[in-house]
Amino acid sequence: MALFARSQLAFIGLIILSLILILAILTPWLPLNDPNVIDTSNRFKRPFSEDSILGTDHLGRDLLSRLLWGTRLSIAVGLCAAIIAAFIGSAIGVIAGFYGGHTDNIIMRGVDMLMAFPYILLALAIVAALGPGLMNALIAVAIVNIPFFARNIRGVTLGIVHREFVDAARLSGMSNAKIIINEILPNVFPVIVVAMSTTVGWMILETAGLSFLGLGSQPPQADLGSMLGEARAAIITSPHTSVVPGVMILIIVMAINLVGDGIRDVLDPRLKSGALSTPRSTTEVAKNKSDAGLKTQTLLSINGLKTEFRIGNRILKAVNDVSLTVDKGQCVGIIGESGSGKSVTALSIMRLVSSPPGIITDGSIDFKGDDLLKLSSEDLRDFRGKKVSYVFQDPLSTLHPLYTVGQQLSEAIQSHNHVGKLEKHKKALELLQAVRISNPEKRLNSYPHELSGGMRQRIGIAMALANDPDIIIADEPTTALDVTVQAQILKLFQDLRREKGLALVFITHDFGVISQICDKVAVMYAGKIVETGPAAEILKSPAHPYTARLKSCVPELGQGKRNLIAIPGFPPMIDNMPSGCAFASRCEKVKQNCQSAMVDVKKIGQERAVRCLFPEEIKAG
Amino acid sequence: MIAYIIKRLLSAIPVLLGISVIVFIIMALIPGDPATAILGSFATPENVEKLNRDLGLDKPMIQRYFIWLGNMLQGDFGRSFSLNKDVLDEISERFGATLVLAGVSFVLCSILGVVAGVLSASRQFGITDKLITLSVLIGISIPSFFLGMMMILFFSVQLRWFPVSGMWPIYGARDLSALLSHLFLPALALSVVATGVIARLSRSAMLEVLRQDFIRTARAKGLSEARVIWRHALKAAMVSVIPVLGVQAGFVLSGAVYIEMVFQWPGVGRMLVEAILKRDILLVQGGVVFVAACYVMFNIVVDIIQSLLDPRIKT
Repeated sequence: MALFARSQLAFIGLIILSLILILAILTPWLPLNDPNVIDTSNRFKRPFSEDSILGTDHLGRDLLSRLLWGTRLSIAVGLCAAIIAAFIGSAIGVIAGFYGGHTDNIIMRGVDMLMAFPYILLALAIVAALGPGLMNALIAVAIVNIPFFARNIRGVTLGIVHREFVDAARLSGMSNAKIIINEILPNVFPVIVVAMSTTVGWMILETAGLSFLGLGSQPPQADLGSMLGEARAAIITSPHTSVVPGVMILIIVMAINLVGDGIRDVLDPRLKSGALSTPRSTTEVAKNKSDAGLKTQTLLSINGLKTEFRIGNRILKAVNDVSLTVDKGQCVGIIGESGSGKSVTALSIMRLVSSPPGIITDGSIDFKGDDLLKLSSEDLRDFRGKKVSYVFQDPLSTLHPLYTVGQQLSEAIQSHNHVGKLEKHKKALELLQAVRISNPEKRLNSYPHELSGGMRQRIGIAMALANDPDIIIADEPTTALDVTVQAQILKLFQDLRREKGLALVFITHDFGVISQICDKVAVMYAGKIVETGPAAEILKSPAHPYTARLKSCVPELGQGKRNLIAIPGFPPMIDNMPSGCAFASRCEKVKQNCQSAMVDVKKIGQERAVRCLFPEEIKAG
Repeated sequence: MIAYIIKRLLSAIPVLLGISVIVFIIMALIPGDPATAILGSFATPENVEKLNRDLGLDKPMIQRYFIWLGNMLQGDFGRSFSLNKDVLDEISERFGATLVLAGVSFVLCSILGVVAGVLSASRQFGITDKLITLSVLIGISIPSFFLGMMMILFFSVQLRWFPVSGMWPIYGARDLSALLSHLFLPALALSVVATGVIARLSRSAMLEVLRQDFIRTARAKGLSEARVIWRHALKAAMVSVIPVLGVQAGFVLSGAVYIEMVFQWPGVGRMLVEAILKRDILLVQGGVVFVAACYVMFNIVVDIIQSLLDPRIKT
């Protein structure tokens, strides 16, 4: 019951369905008129007339009584068909999946043949052979649905037949039949239930359809379909005789579908986590966010940014009070472990954090004096890709698989400049040359899957360059690539910076990368920046214990004797942050007051700042 | 590309043979004696025997199958006893009407279904999404024949906007506008269920795609939301929608049976039902094989469209 309560609609469906089922079961004991007594003097009596609530049909038979008996018959036939189809179909599916090989091949070819028929046509052919009649219609509908079950159940069986518990059962000497009954069946049963709950509705419709055509139940016996079929001739003069059974079918099938959807939703675990909601085009910004914007002369300045993920009752503070500036032409590195909030910070700048569940709750992001968090989605669109562009980590999943490189590049150009076809083509070629792709003319017609990883990342960079942005944010652009390609891409970034004078925000977990290209670095830990300053100085003498530990995780060439020390412990859960320093539990130098209160940022030297009560001593440069 | 098309066409041959075998087996299961069915229960044994010989029913099953198959390949589907007419002639006269009805319905349900699914997904949990989801639920739960009857009652009888039944006016010109006014209601009634199924699937396919990384890339480029949804997301979602369109074509083609009965549409479906009730086996057999074969060919077209859309399919 608790399962259904989650979805109100499914619950309503369940109530309606139960009511109808109870009525259908109780029909023989209800004080109804005989459904088959013909009284031609009382033909086509309107509903709500004396002694017949729903009126009478073309032979003067009581419609209410016929409706309930018909409902009983329709549901019974639909259910029987579903059970037969589920039983035979599942058996075929389990056998095909369990034995595999030739057995599977032969069975599934046969199933494919049956599926090559248009659904109802096959049922018609079977009824044609067996002759009209309710039993034959039932058989036909069941047979037609067998392939559906066989296919689904075979798929599930294939998925579990090589799992450990099946192997264990085999090794313990169980017979195949026993394994199927004891190990396989309990695991495929939920799938059978779901498949049945989604098909019972169809089967009731199909049997009703065959009866409607006169191929199912034969008079005087009537199910809902044949009631409709008989009423069709009088549709204009006495529509109630059609409406009554028709609406009943609609209600039954709708209730079943509601319940079926409810069952499916419950058995689909992804729905529970809320992961099924899709992100909107821009990250939501909390309405009560303070106006913290500082009008600065810097190109980009992030002040007190807070980005959270709200999943159910949990609030994950992914970015918690981050401030950072990027000057013109500067390369700023953001470094940290996975989950430290570095990507979310970068995505927040573009307002590309998935929302829901993401929401920016506070802070400001000033770009040339405009707060990006206050832009309308229309203005934001104008900003994205034109002023600031983004290079993503995995170039395979971030390029559209069905558009050619050329199409994706021209689209990036087109989105901010309305240029002619020729010019677009020329510009696309230039971009490919700029990212050092050989044979650019040919590459324009390639699809992403036809390119190597490094080449795809170059395309990603070319796309980011399309509108000569002021800043490129590169989110671990080399992580998915192998080392030599990594070096080439880093060099490309360096060259582009020099040629175009653009600023770069480089996100990485690798101090080696920082040392190669960054002017400035911000070290992030558990959603906060724990240390900032010029890259060279921080690399030489880190002030925060975390930076120091992170740095010593990196192997250095020619320093083989040094021990690589992993940082013990794990970062704190960001929905349950300690009140003091987040790193305290992993820090070697932890003192008592580290854990008592929030640690503030402290300036050390001219350009450096650290969030630590007891920073390392800075060696003079 | 041409190699792929040829390959797909060749792969249809075993399927078509399989279909013919299944139809033949089903028809061979018929209890009783077709000759008796044709001649009626008062026929003399001599006449029954003669007819059996004429129909080739005295030969072994396998031989009968190949004779039947060979005749069909030469365009000889046999003779309908109830209509006293060549089966293939009757089918080809009727099939045009079904094709018009099912074709228009298919186009309708594909467009409406996909558009509804996309709108619903792009406004997930919004009021549009809820309204569409509810209409879809009703759409897939309503029997098309009941819907057709209600449409006749409301639009044809009450409002008198459309003719009650048939494909052409009894008197008057058989022009396009006459056809369209006769076609509108049946095509709509036939498309409703398939529209619902396609809308549901398009919605979930779109929701799946909208979570993908390349959608974020498209947004990072500064594309308009309309372009992100109707170009980038929809194109990727169509990869999983198109195969379902193929399946739905089968539902529409065979579901036409009900609609043809309700609207007195002179198509193959109505022919089949009448033939089944008269136990005109050859006509049923021919009709089923013909429609199933058309459906197989249509699915090949669907596969080819799919391969044009998705360059990752090896052609």
